[in-house]
Amino acid sequence: MSETGEYPDDLQHGSGGLAEAEDQAGQTRAPHRVIGTPSPAEAHILLATEHPDAAPPVPRELPADPPDLVKAKRAERVVATLFILAMLSGFAFIASYVGFPVHTVDRVLRSNLALGTSLTLSLLFLGAGTVIWVRQLMPDVELTEQRKPLASPENDRQAFAQTFKEGADASQFIKRPVLRRTLIAATVPLGLAPVLLLRDMGPLPRTSLRHTAWRKGTRLVISGTNRPLRPADFDSPGGMITVIPEGYQDNDVELAKAATIIIKFAPGQLQPPTVMNWTVDNIVAYSKICTHVGCPVALYEQTTHHILCPCHQSTFDATKGATVLFGPASRPLPQLPITTDAAGYLVAQSDYHEPVGPSFWERG
Amino acid sequence: MSWITARRRHPAAGYAVVLLGLIAIGIVYAAFTAPGSPASAAAPAAARQDIAEGQALFARTCATCHGMNAQGTSAGPSLIGVGAAAVDFQVSTGRMPAAEIGAEMDRKPPRFGAKQTHELAAYIASLGGGPAIPAPEQVAAAGANVALGQQLFITNCAQCHNFVGAGGALTYGKYAPPLTASTPTQIYEAMLTGPEAMPLFNDSTITPSEKRDIAAYVTETRAEPNPGGFSLGRVGPVTEGIVVWLGGIGLLVASAWWIAAKRREQA
Repeated sequence: MSETGEYPDDLQHGSGGLAEAEDQAGQTRAPHRVIGTPSPAEAHILLATEHPDAAPPVPRELPADPPDLVKAKRAERVVATLFILAMLSGFAFIASYVGFPVHTVDRVLRSNLALGTSLTLSLLFLGAGTVIWVRQLMPDVELTEQRKPLASPENDRQAFAQTFKEGADASQFIKRPVLRRTLIAATVPLGLAPVLLLRDMGPLPRTSLRHTAWRKGTRLVISGTNRPLRPADFDSPGGMITVIPEGYQDNDVELAKAATIIIKFAPGQLQPPTVMNWTVDNIVAYSKICTHVGCPVALYEQTTHHILCPCHQSTFDATKGATVLFGPASRPLPQLPITTDAAGYLVAQSDYHEPVGPSFWERG
Repeated sequence: MSWITARRRHPAAGYAVVLLGLIAIGIVYAAFTAPGSPASAAAPAAARQDIAEGQALFARTCATCHGMNAQGTSAGPSLIGVGAAAVDFQVSTGRMPAAEIGAEMDRKPPRFGAKQTHELAAYIASLGGGPAIPAPEQVAAAGANVALGQQLFITNCAQCHNFVGAGGALTYGKYAPPLTASTPTQIYEAMLTGPEAMPLFNDSTITPSEKRDIAAYVTETRAEPNPGGFSLGRVGPVTEGIVVWLGGIGLLVASAWWIAAKRREQA
């Protein structure tokens, strides 16, 4: 029986030289407790008690040492190195948090990089060390553990049922239906309250999906600079520009529907089904919102007159009323009727004549 | 007046009147032409020299496709009226002279130096009209409104060229080229002339100062730092998604495999 509180000698597996050396070293030290294990003092008392009637010790289920101690020592060094690296990376994380100034975009980028890298390395080393520990040092055996039945003994269950029933009677919950029913009634509104929250998903769109901010006489202004345009300003065939209704430059909700592109063509290029009465001087205006799922569709090839959607490659023919040539969009881009006002600027004749953007259930 | 009256029948009088008229036209033309234009009559002799050199160069290297008088053939478009800016853009980016006709002309090291490009531009400009090459102060980044440039770029350019000018695909093999190597002058000229499939943005739609802002945004964006070192082309969620799916999830699967793998039997 070892005085240091180790397992009895006869139960120690793998009697390598290493274990013996540790035993001898342990003789000179006072017993100490390893974190997370039973107190060695208790173990000492338990194991040192020489009781003549004590049952013979149960054989170990798990080996105390891995089979190859040299390999285990190597794995131990690797794991310890990884844990030290994890610790250093953890300190680096704290240092990055304290040391890297923020408050400008560039500095935040650098701070994020340092924080992310150090935390990643710390967790990675910790995880790798743990996995190597488990795989190289811990035993890999299958154990069958016998469990007691989960149900309580019959006596306990009867006693509990009786206590419950007596409690229910003593509380008067069963005898006094008025109390019981009013209590239930009191909780009903609280139970209904979450259902009411669904109301905040509204209001219903009603007809807002069918209309945009364009009105008769609304000027077309260049998106970004809000300058109105005369046909003479936009006189180069092959030209394309995004326009918005004047006065709505800060209204994102309306701009999401009203964004429009105008394209200038050479005479004779525009063909049906383009509505020629809705064009001015070979300038045609189409909705910029793709009829598929509403991406801003403005990749315009002036050689082929194709308008492409960057999201799903729907392709529209700008010379033929933006009819669909290719892709998942099922309807042409709506054409905005345009004309010029008294001052000569491009204006809308009216709103779009059909809903812009993607389909919706009630669109018809 | 008697001085003129006395000499009006002099044999040289007619020549003198024609000369005076030409000088007057020259001065008026110079006054109405934008400064910096290569076709400026401020140095008419030099300009004529440039045009002649440019024409000779054109006949040697461009006329096969564009015709002897730049009128265009089945292989290349007419260049009459395209202007000096279009020539400078195409030649200084190396797209012209083209090595072969393809869906898209690739940017490559320019074949001609600045002087020859200038001469070619002067020749084409002399055929009539078209936008001139922007002067250096028209494209200088100093004092440009980069924020407005970004807004205009995002609205009108980003759908093809990507929001940081990384380029993108078009139809049938065409593509919007990356703007990573473009000079501010080339960006300005591209907007002005609309090369290949690109729509053009004339000066009354996007004003010269706004064009300068856009060019300044494109060049300034290039200087944005990439602290992690992986810009992934800066084309947004597509490459990032690929890296996450192939790299990140692959790594997770490999880790799970390693953690759960059965240990080899000890020999």
